[in-house]
Amino acid sequence: MTGAGLRVRDLDSFYGPAQILFEVGFDVAPGEVVALLGRNGAGKSTTLRSLMGLMARREGEISFRDTRIETLPTYEIARLGLGYVPEDRRIFTELTVEENLTVGQQRPREGVTTWTPERLYALFPNLAEMRRRPGGQMSGGEQQMLTIARTLMGNPSLILLDEPSEGLAPKIIEQMADAIVTMKREGLSIVISEQNLHFARLICDRAYILEKGRIRFQGSMAELEADEAVRNQYLAV
Amino acid sequence: MSLYVVQFLAGLANAASLFLAASGLSLIFGVTRIVNFAHGAFYMLGAYMAFTLTRTLDGAVGFWAAILIAAAVVAVMGALLEMVLLRRIYQAPELFQLLATFGVTLMVEDIVLLVWGPEDLVGPRAPGLEGAILVMGRPLPTYDILLIALGPIVLLGLWLLMHRTRWGVLVRAATQDRDMVAALGVNQKWLFTGVFTLGIFLAALGGALQIPRTAVSHHMDLSIIVEVFVITVIGGLGSITGAFLAAILVSLLNAFGILIFPSISLVLIFLCMAVVLVIRPWGFLGKPVVAGHKSAGVTVRPWQPWSREARIGAAIVVAIAALLPFWLGTYGLFVGAEMMIAVIFAVSLQFLMSTGGLDSFGHAAYFGLGAYGAAMAVKWLGAPMEAALLIAPLTGLVGALVFGWFCVRLSGVYFAMLTLAFAQILWSIAFQWVPVTGGDNGILGVWPSGWASSPATYYWLTLAVAVFSVAALRMLVFSPFGYALRGVRDSTLRASAIGFSRQRVQYAAFAVAGAFAGLAGALFAFLKGSIFPDALSIPQSVDGLVMVLLGGIATVSGSVVGAIVYTAASIWLMSQTDLSRLVLGGLIVVLVVAFPKGIVGSISDLVGGPLFRRRGAGPAGREAAVAGSEGA
Repeated sequence: MTGAGLRVRDLDSFYGPAQILFEVGFDVAPGEVVALLGRNGAGKSTTLRSLMGLMARREGEISFRDTRIETLPTYEIARLGLGYVPEDRRIFTELTVEENLTVGQQRPREGVTTWTPERLYALFPNLAEMRRRPGGQMSGGEQQMLTIARTLMGNPSLILLDEPSEGLAPKIIEQMADAIVTMKREGLSIVISEQNLHFARLICDRAYILEKGRIRFQGSMAELEADEAVRNQYLAV
Repeated sequence: MSLYVVQFLAGLANAASLFLAASGLSLIFGVTRIVNFAHGAFYMLGAYMAFTLTRTLDGAVGFWAAILIAAAVVAVMGALLEMVLLRRIYQAPELFQLLATFGVTLMVEDIVLLVWGPEDLVGPRAPGLEGAILVMGRPLPTYDILLIALGPIVLLGLWLLMHRTRWGVLVRAATQDRDMVAALGVNQKWLFTGVFTLGIFLAALGGALQIPRTAVSHHMDLSIIVEVFVITVIGGLGSITGAFLAAILVSLLNAFGILIFPSISLVLIFLCMAVVLVIRPWGFLGKPVVAGHKSAGVTVRPWQPWSREARIGAAIVVAIAALLPFWLGTYGLFVGAEMMIAVIFAVSLQFLMSTGGLDSFGHAAYFGLGAYGAAMAVKWLGAPMEAALLIAPLTGLVGALVFGWFCVRLSGVYFAMLTLAFAQILWSIAFQWVPVTGGDNGILGVWPSGWASSPATYYWLTLAVAVFSVAALRMLVFSPFGYALRGVRDSTLRASAIGFSRQRVQYAAFAVAGAFAGLAGALFAFLKGSIFPDALSIPQSVDGLVMVLLGGIATVSGSVVGAIVYTAASIWLMSQTDLSRLVLGGLIVVLVVAFPKGIVGSISDLVGGPLFRRRGAGPAGREAAVAGSEGA
């Protein structure tokens, strides 16, 4: 399965001499929403960072839209249409909402939705009310929306969301889920790393479970739903 | 009254060039996290280039074209430097970046000498602005009025560039979080090159604009870089508006300081900087620097006290050194004593940098304080050498206690810049306070006591003090104080959680290093029989850094080897070429880029022999420990 999707094989990743990921492999088909589940420290964030070329040392095979990206620098990976929303949001706190969006802006991409600030303000109405506000003066939920909007400005065909529901109020989480469903409807492929199974259940098609840097389970959301043993072994806290 | 008004306006005019240079430095630091020591060299190049171009281009249009073209040409040189050198060292510890750009400064100094000669050059007046207008009955050059206006115009221009263009927004974003900017698809490489080029353009423009006011000389680089460092420390690194405010403040202090204390106006600036740093450690508009870079000391492998074999080896080496006077002549012993002094100086600096994690760029201050302390004790108090050798470490210690109190409040690159600024202030005092220090003529007639006056006995004296110093500092590394020091270096947070105050522990280390450097300085004064302001200068500080780096920053033995090899090499180099700075600068750059571990570090990687073998983990284990502490 290649084409417009993402294909990961035998991905090993290191932090200094410590190996974090072991032979991780998964696929994301065009338009698919895939959950990467696992407990704290299982390697979810490291997997996403590895895809973006943000780990100092990673080995294995990563193909995105028929291009091998495991040796490319981060900015070239982003320019191929792989969007990344980090776990800690990393809003440019000195920059206004508008300016944050400007940084994310890339050329329109063929066969992919083109986002404009106006479309994003429609998707996240809260942001529309604070275009001139510095990112540092926004609430956590607003920052989370801005970081997703900022990445969408690059018109990605696949977006990596690292724990988008973390630390947010239930009401904001619902808004977030709505926005992600809209993105899916626009044809985006999405990889979501999550600890919150309930949130993943709302929006994902398939799931992979990571434990201690290895893939331990893969299947549809329905299969995971039916398999209480797996959930207890790898997800229950 | 009118005098003050005119001094005020002259001060504002001076601020323009300072602001241009400082804003460039700040801009470059903000994005690349490199403190560009070569900034002063580019400022100087801008002035020289403008001097040459104004001689070929005539008239008002020609003059202004020459200024702009000069700045543009120098900016292109800056871009080339960024692509060839800086791109290789963005990930290096900041000490290496400072050193490499200092190496470039040295090379530029000799190149300027080759191209333009040693004479000061007087440039033309700006056509149409040669005259002066009367302000309250006193003349003020018309050109100064232009400069006064220029500062705010450039500030406004930079603000518009940073806030109204996409490029500017990207630069501001990258100042905060470079990785995230890359993850959004921006090629940082060209962003960095662009910012560096703009910064150099501003510096060169600042230099070029000075030619109608002052003669162009090859001392411009170091004098401007110190002022620029002071300004960026006061204004806050990375803040352009801060640089503007601080440039005005420093220029006005200069203008009025000359009226009040003509000979030591720098003391005012020092006081001002001290006050600002106590109230706002990161300057007017600066922000605490997030520790993005590891300090050079953090890359070391775990240390252990020497094994029995290593002790015996060291004893044999010392014994051989002690027997040398039976073979060497007077000159050889003189060089030998100089090497021993270099060893003490280098080891004291290595203790501060590697064990303490504090990269001092102004260690010459304490060397010079010791030297001057000893020389003055002899000169003014008639003290014998023995007493002077006891006084010297105390003057070094006191100096370190005074300056260190400010320095240890900061860390990383702020610390390096501040130590440099203090050293430079001492240098100017030694240079300007002629009645006490003798100024440029120095203090002469500082000779050892009778028993130590033969070359052989003086050599033995320096050898004995060097062995004592190395042993004492090594013991300190493995004392409880040494462990506390390494603790706060590796993890300030954890060390403070078990009751160690970073500032207090590092303050003590700073004082210890200052005392040993003072001892080295005194031995130096008695070896030469005289002392000059050079002993306090930036090149003296950098000599120490290069010795430590050459030998390998991670080990005490590295500093010993580095000091001996470097002293021998520089004496030989002086005798071989007039372009010693070009060669030395090149050496520093190559060292930083190609052999960051130095002689002993590289050998121990290759050999892994008994002297170097360590129980358990090598460098990898160390990295694991660092990674672990970051991850936790």
